[in-house]
Amino acid sequence: MKKLALAAALASMMVLPAKAADYVIDTQGAHAFIQFKISHLGYSWLYGRFNTFSGDFSYDASKLAQSKIQLTIDTASVDSNHAERDKHLRSADFLNVSKHPKATFVSTKVVPKDGDNFDLHGNLTLNGVTKEVVIAAEKLGEGTDPWGGYRAGFAGTTTLTLKDFAINTDLGPASATVQLDLTVEGIRK
Amino acid sequence: MLKNTFTHYGIVSVVVHWLVAFTVFGLFALGFWMVDLSYYSSWYRTAPHWHKSIGILLALVILFRLLWRLISPPPPPLASHKDWERRTAAVVQLALYLGIAVLIISGYLISTEDGRPIAVFGWFEVPALGALFNRQADIAGAIHEYTAYALITLALLHGLAAVKHHVIDKDSTLRRMFGCKP
Repeated sequence: MKKLALAAALASMMVLPAKAADYVIDTQGAHAFIQFKISHLGYSWLYGRFNTFSGDFSYDASKLAQSKIQLTIDTASVDSNHAERDKHLRSADFLNVSKHPKATFVSTKVVPKDGDNFDLHGNLTLNGVTKEVVIAAEKLGEGTDPWGGYRAGFAGTTTLTLKDFAINTDLGPASATVQLDLTVEGIRK
Repeated sequence: MLKNTFTHYGIVSVVVHWLVAFTVFGLFALGFWMVDLSYYSSWYRTAPHWHKSIGILLALVILFRLLWRLISPPPPPLASHKDWERRTAAVVQLALYLGIAVLIISGYLISTEDGRPIAVFGWFEVPALGALFNRQADIAGAIHEYTAYALITLALLHGLAAVKHHVIDKDSTLRRMFGCKP
């Protein structure tokens, strides 16, 4: 009997950490944000965000390096709290959304660093240009939620050079790069 | 004479006609030029501000013009005008009014989607109705652009037709529009 219980316990231990769990990013409940900030004239920050996107990731705390994420962003959903500016951002001067309605990020590798930090490498396709970027990321937390689910949250940041993605409109020397800030909360599938 | 008579245009109609004509061409040129200004141009903010301000003032002039048509209807076409000329002219003139209306409304919709009012030279503000439909600024922007090209094309045809009456037909169509007696 003892042996059987031990065997069962061993078997359950072997099953539990079998593979990384899959998560869907909680865009339904809007617990995920893709924001950007860019210098205005070198004097101040302009903040904006993409309102519509989707994605999922697989993640296991014990096998961080095997984690994966993919994101698809509806570029027309750009929102900088100014309709005329957003219209301009959607035009061919910037995101060219009629030609490139989607931006995607697909991770290629995860390099763990100290603590909950890691570097998320991947291919970002924006304005029709695909380029490898590294997102400095951090696990914020994970655990059961009050409604019977299991959630894990991450934040990451990276800096993009606009010209790298064929966005050539000159906003001035201080505004050649834009910082992308992502916060994603996933619900385990 | 202020009012139109059966044979000629009064001073109000003449002045308003040419005011609208110059304003429409001016706004077209300003709009055509301003959309390609670089971010560091000193006109980057001023030109759209003027374009919107003048556009709102034009809307007021157009409202007055329509009211004035009721108070003082324009004289009928010259007796020498052929039937097809009268019909074409009437259609073009109606299209010009419609085009201006579409431009004013679409322009307003571009600028007011996010609830910001339109400031007219800092004299007064036109309140915003906010977003009335999805992708409002983009759709209104496309309509504004295409209508502007259509309106200018029609206005040029309208002007060429007047010149044709003056030079080829040698009638008083164009002179009448300057208030001259037939």
